[in-house]
Amino acid sequence: MAKRIEVSDLNIYYGDFLAVEGVNVSIEPRSITALIGPSGCGKSTFLRSLNRMHEVLPGARVEGKVVMDGQDLYGADVDPVDVRRQIGMVFQRPNPFPTMSIYDNVIAGNRLNNKRMKKADTDELVEKSLRGANLWNEVKDRLDRPGSGLSGGQQQRLCIARAIAVEPDVLLMDEPCSALDPISTLAIEDLMAELKERFTIVIVTHNMQQAARVSEQTGFFNLNGVGQPGRLIEFNPTEKIFSNPDQKATEDYISGRFG
Amino acid sequence: MTATKAPTEPPSQQRVVRRPGDRIFSGAARTSGIFILLVLAGVAAFLISEAIPALTASSEDIPGGEGLAAYIGPLIVGTLLGALIALVVATPLAVGIALYVTYYAPRRIASALGYVIDLLAAIPSVVYGFWGLAVLAPKLVPFHEWAADHLSWIPLFAGPASTSGRTMLTVGLVLAVMILPIISAISREVFSQAPALHREAALALGATRWEMIKMAVLPYGKSGVIAGAMLGLGRALGETMAVAIILSGGGAATVNLISNSNPSTIASNIALKFPEATGLGVNTLIASGLVLFLITLAVNMIARWIVNRRADFSGAN
Repeated sequence: MAKRIEVSDLNIYYGDFLAVEGVNVSIEPRSITALIGPSGCGKSTFLRSLNRMHEVLPGARVEGKVVMDGQDLYGADVDPVDVRRQIGMVFQRPNPFPTMSIYDNVIAGNRLNNKRMKKADTDELVEKSLRGANLWNEVKDRLDRPGSGLSGGQQQRLCIARAIAVEPDVLLMDEPCSALDPISTLAIEDLMAELKERFTIVIVTHNMQQAARVSEQTGFFNLNGVGQPGRLIEFNPTEKIFSNPDQKATEDYISGRFG
Repeated sequence: MTATKAPTEPPSQQRVVRRPGDRIFSGAARTSGIFILLVLAGVAAFLISEAIPALTASSEDIPGGEGLAAYIGPLIVGTLLGALIALVVATPLAVGIALYVTYYAPRRIASALGYVIDLLAAIPSVVYGFWGLAVLAPKLVPFHEWAADHLSWIPLFAGPASTSGRTMLTVGLVLAVMILPIISAISREVFSQAPALHREAALALGATRWEMIKMAVLPYGKSGVIAGAMLGLGRALGETMAVAIILSGGGAATVNLISNSNPSTIASNIALKFPEATGLGVNTLIASGLVLFLITLAVNMIARWIVNRRADFSGAN
């Protein structure tokens, strides 16, 4: 069940520091939206505000609206825990739970949602999720081994399996390939192309070729200077961004000219 | 890991270049390591050599006149019992305190609370002893009576209830307060080091704070908590003054916690009897000390075994 996310006038703070200012964007369901921009421009911060992971840090807060299919995620009666169950996240560094087996890692989120599942059902879910993450054939013989024993690329796909096992509406990916080699990166990009049939995917990446390869829409974040808030400079179809962007800053960034 | 065959060149050609700093440091580290082993071996050798006369003596020469086992047996029971009560009471409390300080309390309260807990460790044990005797023991008398009336079907509370409160139960509770700071300090330390990576992984899956703690903090901190508990247990096993002050008279080996006839503990028995002991009496006390040494050693080895059992899943790899 992929869903559309509408963001309006979003300001994101760390304490008193305004990190990201005035974001308005509409993220399409069943597509991949890429966020690019220089380091420190607030694209990861923006991504984390979509599933309310931003406010986990002390003093961090958000103003504005994030609406997913009519539901304001920052509404007064919305529990951030419920938001995170609908919007999955994959982090920059692979983070399978080291104390859990591969099997338990995959169903960690499901264990949270409903306590009791039949063994046959969990087996099926584990296989389906691992197949969905293109990892099944590599780990099917060692499901009881710790997830931390896998290679970096396998660990990241395990994290994707864990995120999609709960059937979220949206999948957020925060530089999921930056710690991986090109072959693992390709595996994850292929996977994303399959996953977008079912999920809304938002990916933050420093790799512009990656953004150009995988995404339908691209947003470019930038900031005027150190200490200034980051802004969404341009949001357009990926093709347009990389061939004929509306903004001079976007063109400078993607062609490698700065300032 | 792939095993590589060592090249067959003469060793002189692959002499490792080592800088003086490296050499000095590795020498200092090795010396310290060997030193601790020597100290331990020296203590063990002293205990064994001094205990041999008691181990070989005929049973009527041992104080009490019924042999070494009959003398030390009740002391072992008393030592383990007191320490066990302390551990059972203190560990959950310490883990709770540590979790509250690291993940629940507002930052200012957390650090203040941390100081207060650490302060508990700075109180001398003789003060704990007097507090237990003068304050806690009388306060616990009503509970002793209640337990004797209602819980006497449990062997631990068989009664008859002590009227002074100077029982194994009181000792165990005082020991629990004494080991609380050790366990909570170490637990706090390991809990605060639980990787943000895994805590965020749990939160992003939709874990509540408690579920996040269950998934990412407790598994990571488990071995640290066990290590802390064992350090606490070590202190409880060896605690002398507080036990000697609170506990009334040595009795038979019994698990009855609330009556006046309590087994004493090894350490407090040594402290109380040593000044007047002569001849074989001294050897007997040292033999009991050897037993305490072995118990503590066993506790530490069991703890290490528990920590290592699932080393693959510890998160250290």
